[in-house]
Amino acid sequence: MGTGMRHRAAKRWLGLATRNALTYTVLSIFLLLVVMPFLAALLASFKTSTEITRGVFTLPQTWQWTNYVKAWTQARFAVYFRSSVVVVVAVVGVSTLFSVWSGYAFGRMTFPFSRVLFYLFLLGIMAPQEAFIIPLYHNLRKIGLLDTYWALILPQIGMSVCFGTFWMSGAFAQVPRDLVDAAKVDGCDSWRALWQVLLPLVQPAVLTMVVLLFVWTWNDFMLALVLVSNENLRTLPLGLAFFQGRYSRDVPLTAAGATMVALPTILTYFIFQRQFIKGITAGSVTG
Amino acid sequence: MRRFSKVLAGSHEPGYRFWLAYLYILPALLVYAIFVLWPIVDTVRYSFYDWSGFSKPVFAGIGNYARLFHDEILGVGLANNLTFIIFYSILPITVGLFLTALLTRRLVAGMSLFRVGLFVPYVMSMVVVGVVWRWLYHPTGPINQFLTALGLGTWARPWLGDFDWARAAVGFVGTWVQYGFCMVLFIAGVQRIDENLYDAAKIDGANEFQQFAHVTFPGILNEVSVALVTTLIAALRVFDLVYVLTRGGPGNETMVASYWLYQNAFQINRVGYAAAIAVILSVMIMIISYAVISLRVRITEA
Repeated sequence: MGTGMRHRAAKRWLGLATRNALTYTVLSIFLLLVVMPFLAALLASFKTSTEITRGVFTLPQTWQWTNYVKAWTQARFAVYFRSSVVVVVAVVGVSTLFSVWSGYAFGRMTFPFSRVLFYLFLLGIMAPQEAFIIPLYHNLRKIGLLDTYWALILPQIGMSVCFGTFWMSGAFAQVPRDLVDAAKVDGCDSWRALWQVLLPLVQPAVLTMVVLLFVWTWNDFMLALVLVSNENLRTLPLGLAFFQGRYSRDVPLTAAGATMVALPTILTYFIFQRQFIKGITAGSVTG
Repeated sequence: MRRFSKVLAGSHEPGYRFWLAYLYILPALLVYAIFVLWPIVDTVRYSFYDWSGFSKPVFAGIGNYARLFHDEILGVGLANNLTFIIFYSILPITVGLFLTALLTRRLVAGMSLFRVGLFVPYVMSMVVVGVVWRWLYHPTGPINQFLTALGLGTWARPWLGDFDWARAAVGFVGTWVQYGFCMVLFIAGVQRIDENLYDAAKIDGANEFQQFAHVTFPGILNEVSVALVTTLIAALRVFDLVYVLTRGGPGNETMVASYWLYQNAFQINRVGYAAAIAVILSVMIMIISYAVISLRVRITEA
């Protein structure tokens, strides 16, 4: 090996090493920028009000877990938590079932007007909440559903099945035909073919959908703000917004509340990050 | 008749009857139609009426739409939405692209940590984000404490209450939420590009910039357009953040179309007029989605 070549190899290695170092540095800076505000808030949730003014990243002298107890009981986050759980479980559960059914039809069956109907669902993905929230409020008031859990649950199912249908039909369409033909030979009707043959095959897609619907429903703010005024029905984001509007001086308590709102979605995201990023990328293709 | 037989021929599902498909779709379609689709149609209908929400609606023709043009607050709001496009779309995508060009294409160890971390604001409730930043921006909050500690006390100010700075302060939170999303998207895209393309470019004597322009950028065009649609829509739809951070203030400095719509519909009872704002806003959002998507189709087909 000539010296020139060795020199070039060394130079290339050095180039790669600096490139890697640069990559790490830049990524770390941007990661810190993202994480620091949350870290500061998390720390604040364990401090006393006087400690807050002494510095952002100083550790609390004693970790004030009582902030969380107070937020849970006095600030009524327990009530908000219950509302959020009721709404999310109902919305995600029902939407998943309905989406699997309609996705199955669009993904694997041909029928009159299937294209038109599919575009109708796509419209529901693109339409912002602002497009329907005003009449929704007045319609729900007319039928007496305003200020009930139904007002939070039903419209969110209506929105979720649009993405769900789009998402599941894509998944079902990708299942190879042979597998279904085999089921046909076995004498399956479409109902049994769906549950016993197809659903196990599209399980990863179902999981991704459940994760996305969970996060979207958990974080919804506008619908809850407009459709519910009874304090006992407030979901967590709504409860937090009202709490900070009224007690913004109590930083530790607000921070504890914010942490409780954020924790479930963050944990879900940490566990299912792969599904999440995949879903967002594919899902937002349609807007 | 021909269409009908084609339908039957195209059905390879076990036990297939064509009406079966409708049964499977029915539950989803019903909930969607009642709680989303019908209200969308109603929004258009409302927009042609003068209605306080309680009184008897009076037909107003295009009166509400005519009023849109003379509404100064709406003008300010829409202008702010456009300003937020800089903060929500242009800045994060530029930063994301710049970094993508800068970073190694190969996966570095610990990449998943960065991917997880950078994406966090995106899965967070915007109310949480707003609450945290309202505290950071507070007159005696961390940002001002920090500035004072650095001896830049004259820079400290009530960011969200400052007429010169409030809009930028709210917009910056948008940038902060979106840039990680863009970076993660672009980095994932780069890793799918065939390494042979870079080798070929190098043989042709392409420098780093040319490699980026001719290989990397075309390779992640799909991701860029996804980022563009998502962030543009986010900029036009800002609501949660403004509600928590400023409620449109000080004055109308941070007013946005969605918040003005909300106030008209649910606080000052100009329901018909709010519906007209909703129609305009929704049409804008749909046009943008459609434009970006068809732009992508044209580029990929070219």
